[in-house]
Amino acid sequence: MKFFAFIFLAMISGLASAAEPSSSGLSDTLEERVKPCIICHRDADRIDRDAYFPRIAGKPAGYLFNQLRNFRDGRRYYQPMAILLENMSDEYMREIAEYFAAQPYAYLEPVVPALTPDEIKSVETLMYSGDPERDLPACSACHGEKLMGVQPTIPGLLGLPHAYLAAQFGGWRNGGIMRGQIPDCMSEIAKKLTQEEVNALVQWLPGLPVSGQSTGADALTPELAQRCRTILSGKEVTR
Amino acid sequence: MRNLSEARLTSIWRIIVCVAGGLLSLVQMASAQPLTDSDTEQVRRGEYLARAGNCMGCHTTRGGEPYAGGRKLNTPFGQFVTPNITPDKETGIGSWSGEDFWQALHYGKSKDGRNLYPAFPYTEYTKVTRPDADAIFAYLRSLPPIAQTNPPHKINPPYDNQALLYLWRKWYFNEGVYQPDKSKSDEWNRGNYLVQGLGHCNACHTPRNVWGASQDDQLTGGKIMGSYWYAPSLISPLEAGVSEWPVEDIVELLSTGINSHAVTSGSMATIVRQSLQYLSDYDIRSIAVYLQSLGEKKGDAKAPRKARKMPEQVRQYLALGQEVYEKHCQDCHGQSGEGIPKIYPPLAGNRNVTMSPPLNTIRNVLYGGYPPATAGNPRPHGMPPYQHFIRDTEIAQVVSYIRNAWGNRGSLVSPEDVDNSRGSEF
Repeated sequence: MKFFAFIFLAMISGLASAAEPSSSGLSDTLEERVKPCIICHRDADRIDRDAYFPRIAGKPAGYLFNQLRNFRDGRRYYQPMAILLENMSDEYMREIAEYFAAQPYAYLEPVVPALTPDEIKSVETLMYSGDPERDLPACSACHGEKLMGVQPTIPGLLGLPHAYLAAQFGGWRNGGIMRGQIPDCMSEIAKKLTQEEVNALVQWLPGLPVSGQSTGADALTPELAQRCRTILSGKEVTR
Repeated sequence: MRNLSEARLTSIWRIIVCVAGGLLSLVQMASAQPLTDSDTEQVRRGEYLARAGNCMGCHTTRGGEPYAGGRKLNTPFGQFVTPNITPDKETGIGSWSGEDFWQALHYGKSKDGRNLYPAFPYTEYTKVTRPDADAIFAYLRSLPPIAQTNPPHKINPPYDNQALLYLWRKWYFNEGVYQPDKSKSDEWNRGNYLVQGLGHCNACHTPRNVWGASQDDQLTGGKIMGSYWYAPSLISPLEAGVSEWPVEDIVELLSTGINSHAVTSGSMATIVRQSLQYLSDYDIRSIAVYLQSLGEKKGDAKAPRKARKMPEQVRQYLALGQEVYEKHCQDCHGQSGEGIPKIYPPLAGNRNVTMSPPLNTIRNVLYGGYPPATAGNPRPHGMPPYQHFIRDTEIAQVVSYIRNAWGNRGSLVSPEDVDNSRGSEF
C-alpha cells in the first residue's frame, strides 16, 4: 500500500514538474547534466594541485569528443570513464565536449620544476625544435607555438597536473593501456624518448603558465596535417 | 530573409528531387539483382529481430566491427570468446546454410556437429520460430563480410570435455519452439516469446546452479554470470517484479531507460541502449503485459517484519551515513530521498536500493554512470562516480542509511561488502 502511495506521489510530482520545470528547482541545463564530470574535473576555484585529473575546460572540442569516444569504445583505457560513458550517444558526447571546450580554464598555478639548466635546455630543444635524428617532431609543431593546442583535435599541454602527464607517457610507452587512434603518433613519439627525457618533460610542462587560446587548424604544417589526418578528420565510428 | 528561406526551399526541393532520382535508380538496380521484394522484407525483419535478440551485444567488442565477434565472456567455467557471425567465408559464417544456422540457434549445434556451449543462449533461442531464425540469418548474410579471426575459448578443465557438455544438454536443455498459450492474449504470448525466447532475459534474470544452468524458467533473479551486476527477480515485489506498475510505466522504463520511480543501470542500461529502445510499440507493450502478469502481488510476499526498535549502535551507524548523504547525495536525491522524477531517481521506496544483495546500489555509488541515451531520453542526467572521493567505510554507511531511511528497510552494509562489489569488465 505504501508502495502504491509512493508511486502515486511520484507520478503526481512528475506531472507537476513537467508542467512547471522550475518547481523541482532544477534548471534544464548542460551544467546540471555534467555534474558527474565535475566531481573530478573541477571548477577553477576548487582545483586541486595533487589531483590526478586533467583540466578539460578550454581544450579543443574535437579533441575532447575523440577522447570521450576512445574511452567509451575501448581505444583509450581508463575504467571510471569507460563505465561512465558506456551508454552515451555520439551526439550527446559531442554536445558535452563543446560545452567544456567553451568553459573558462581551470588551471593550476605554475610550479617551478626541479631541473638543472642542462635538463631545461634539452627539454626546450625537444619542445620547440624536436630531434630530426630520431625523427622526433617538435612538441610545438603539433601542439601549437604556445603549447595550448590546435583546433579542432590537438590538446594543449599546459595547466595539467604532473601525475596526469606522467601517467599518459607511461601508457603510451608501455602500450596496451593506451590505444590511441591510428596513426598513434604519441605512442610512436613516447617510445623514442628516454625515461630521463620523459621525467624532465612532465616536470617542465607544469612550470609554464596557461595563456592564450588553442590555435586554428591552419597552424599545422601540411606534413603534420597528413600524418594526423585520421585524427583530424574525426572519422565517425559505427557502433 | 524571405529570399534566404526561398533559396533554402529551392535547394531542399533540389535535394528531394535528387534523392528521389537516386532512389529510383537504386530500385532499378535492385530489380536487376535476383533479390525480390520478399527477400528485402525478410532482411529488414531479420535486422529488427537481431536487435530484439541483441545478437550484436555479445557478437561485437567495444568499438569493434559489428557482428565480427571477439568479445570475451568470463565465467566460472572459463573464458568464452564470441565468434564472428558476419558472412566472411573464412572467419565468419559465410559458408553456412540456413539449415546450419537453424541447427545452431535451435539445437545448439555448430556447423561441424559439435555441441555448442550454452554461453550462446540456445537454451532460450530454441523457442525462436523457424521463419524468425531464417529472417535473422538472411539479415546476417546481408552484412558486409568482415575478415576477423578471434582467439579461441579458454575453457577450464573439466568443462572443456565434450562428453560432459553432452550430459549437460541431456539434463538441462529442452529443445522446442515456443508454443502459444491459447488461454492468454496475443500480446501476452508475444511478450512471453520475446522474454523467454529471442530476448533471452533468462540468461541473466534466473539463478544458475553450479553447472551454470538456469534453475528453471522462473525469472527469480541472480548474479549475472560474466558480469559484476545482480539481475533482480522479475517476479518478486521486493525486487523488480512489476505486477503493481501500470503497463505504461513498464514500457517507459524499458524503452527510454528511465521512468518516474526507477532508472536502468549497469547491464540493463546497456540492453536498453542496444536493444529494447528499438522495439516496436506493440512488442515493448507485449513484453510489459507479460512481465506484469509474472509478478507476485505485494500481498503474496512474506509480510515485512514489524519494525523493531533499532539498537543504539545501529542508530549511530546510520547517523554517520546520514552525514555522508547530506554532504554528497542530498543535492540531487532530496532531503527525503524523493529525487526528481525522470531525472534523479527517488531513493525512498526504490527497490534497487532496498533489495538483497545490495550489490547494484553499492556499484552505483562507486562507479556512477549515465542512464542510456535513448530516443526517449537523449540527454540523460547522471550519477558521479564516488570511488575516488568517499572511502569504503563511508560508502557502507551511506548505503546502509538509504536502505533504512524514509520507510525503506534493508540489511546493513559493511565496508567488506563495498570492496567485494568492485570489478568491471573494462
